[in-house]
Amino acid sequence: MDIIVCIKRVPQTAEADVKIDASKKDIIKDRLTFDMNEADTYALEEAILFKEKFGGTLTVVSLGGVEAEDTLRIALAKGADHAIRIKAEEFGELDGYKTAAIIREAIKDTKHDIIFTGCMATDDAYSQVGVILAELLGIPHATLVTKIDMKNDKLHAYRELEGGLLEHLEITLPALCTIQTGINEPRYASLLAIRRAAKKELTVVGKAEIAGENIMSHSVLDELYVPPVGKRAEMLTGSMDEITAKLGSIVKEKGLL
Amino acid sequence: MGEIFALVEHRQNAVRDITFELLTCGRRIAEQQNAQLTALLFGHNIAQTCDAVKNHAHRILAIDHELYKTFNAETYQATLVDIIQKEKPLLTLIGHTAFGWDLAPSLATQLGIPFTTDCLALEIRDDLAHATRQMYDGKLNAHVTLKKHDSYIVTLRSGSVPAEDASLNAEVQNYEPPLSAEPEYRKFLEYIEAAVGEVDITKADIIVSIGRGIKEQANMPAIEDFVKAIGGVLACSRPVVDAGWLPKDRQVGSSGKTVKPKLYIALGISGAFQHIVGMKGADTIIAVNKDPNAPIFNEADYGVVEDLFKVVPALKEKIVELKG
Repeated sequence: MDIIVCIKRVPQTAEADVKIDASKKDIIKDRLTFDMNEADTYALEEAILFKEKFGGTLTVVSLGGVEAEDTLRIALAKGADHAIRIKAEEFGELDGYKTAAIIREAIKDTKHDIIFTGCMATDDAYSQVGVILAELLGIPHATLVTKIDMKNDKLHAYRELEGGLLEHLEITLPALCTIQTGINEPRYASLLAIRRAAKKELTVVGKAEIAGENIMSHSVLDELYVPPVGKRAEMLTGSMDEITAKLGSIVKEKGLL
Repeated sequence: MGEIFALVEHRQNAVRDITFELLTCGRRIAEQQNAQLTALLFGHNIAQTCDAVKNHAHRILAIDHELYKTFNAETYQATLVDIIQKEKPLLTLIGHTAFGWDLAPSLATQLGIPFTTDCLALEIRDDLAHATRQMYDGKLNAHVTLKKHDSYIVTLRSGSVPAEDASLNAEVQNYEPPLSAEPEYRKFLEYIEAAVGEVDITKADIIVSIGRGIKEQANMPAIEDFVKAIGGVLACSRPVVDAGWLPKDRQVGSSGKTVKPKLYIALGISGAFQHIVGMKGADTIIAVNKDPNAPIFNEADYGVVEDLFKVVPALKEKIVELKG
C-alpha cells in the first residue's frame, strides 16, 4: 500500500495574538510558533498506521518555504520513507486551487494507492486542497473522515456530518481522504528517530523540475482585517474576589443555585 | 445575464437551515443583478421538500429520482456539471457544510469555474465576485476576489446570512437525471447515528464547558469539582474530544450537540464558529479566557480575561459559600 501524505507548516494562531503586517495581506510572524497543521498530524498518523498494517512506501510532501523541511523531517522521524518539499517561494501567491495543482504536478508520477491530507489548514482555512487534488488526479475522495477500514480491497470511509451523524462510504483505490482531527492519537517522534531522520532522503523540487508555469489561482486575497466586534461581553475586572462575587451574584440572580 | 443558483441541502427530505440562508443570500444578489433565483432540488419523493422551498425562489429545478435519496458527492457533482454547463448560471451557491465541503471544490475544478469556500458574505460588483472569509483560526477576516469569469461557485458558512421569508411562489421544472446509477468507485452505504452517552448535555440547565485552554488531562479533576459544586454537567469543544479526555457526546458545536442551557460557562474556549453555533442559544453565557481578543467574548454576556485555573477554584469557593 503506497501512501502519500500532504502536510503544511502553519503558524499556531489558536491561542496567539494575531496581527496584520504592513502589506495587509499577511500576518506578523516573528512572535508566532510554527508547527505541522493540526489536521495534517492526524493524516500523517493514519498513514503510518496504514503502512504498519499493510506495508508499502510512505511519502510526505509539503508546498512550503525552506522551514517546511523541518516539518518534513519530523514526518520522516515518525515513520515516513521519503519527503518532498515543493519550493513555495517560486510560485508566488497561492490559493487552494493553485496549491493543489502544483502538488499534483509534483506527485503525479509517485505511485500511490491512498493519499491522505488534513481536512483543513488553520491558516487560510480553505478546506479545498485535498478535494481538488483528487479531482485533478482523477481519483475518488472522501472528506472529513473520522474512521477508515479496508474490506475486500475497498476503502470504507466514515465521514463526520453535522450533529454527530456519520456517512459510511465505500470507495475504490486509488483514493484520497481528507482527515478530520481526533481520528487517532498522533505519535511523537523520539529524539533518536529525529536524529536518524536527518539521514533520510528529502527531495526539493521547484519550477525547474515540475511544470507549474501556467497554474493560476482562482482567487486573490485583497486584504486582511480585524473582524468587526459583535455583541461584546460585559467584561468583569478587579480582584479575584470582586470577579467571583460578581459571577456568583449573576448565577444567583438567575435562580440557578 | 446568468441566473443565481442555490443548491437545496436536505437530509432525506428534511430541509436544513443552510438552505434558506443560501436562498436568502441568492435572492439578494438576484435582486441586485436583476436576475432570477433558481433552487436546485435533488431527492426522492420530494413533493414536500419542494413545498418547503417554493416561496424562496423564482424557479425550482427538481430531480425526483431514487439516485438522490441520500447525498453522494459524486452523483451530485455529475448532475451539477450537466446543469451548470447547460444553464450557465452567473453564480452557484452551496452550503459550507459536510456536504458542500465534499462537493464544491471538485465540482468547480471539473468545470474550470473560479470558486472559494466558507464565505461569510458575498457581493457581485462589475461582474466580479467579492467574498468575505475568515483565516487564522477565525482571528482575522479576509476580502477575496475571484478571477473574472462568466460563472462562479461559492460555499457559504452556516449562520452567516440569517434566513428571511419570501413569497416568490417558484415555478417547478423537472430535470432529467443525467446519470442512472451511483458510480462504482464511490458508493453510499449508510448513515450512522451518534451513540447515546451516559449524560444528555442538551437537557442540562447549567453547562460548564472546557476547551483547548485546559492544556492537560491532569487539570480535569479541578474542573469536575467545580461542575459538582455548581450542579451542572461537563461539556467541551472539539480539541478536548480529539485528545480523548471526554467522549464525543459531550462535544458542543456543529459536529456535536446544540445546547440551550440557562447558563453556559466557557472555560478556555476561544470560540471558533463551529463551537459558537452549538451554544449561542444559551440564556446566559460566561466566558473565561486568557486572550482578550478571543472570539468567544463576542458571544458571551460576561467575560473574564484571566487564567481559568485561578478563576475556577475561587469561583467554586464562592458558589459553595452562596449555597450555604
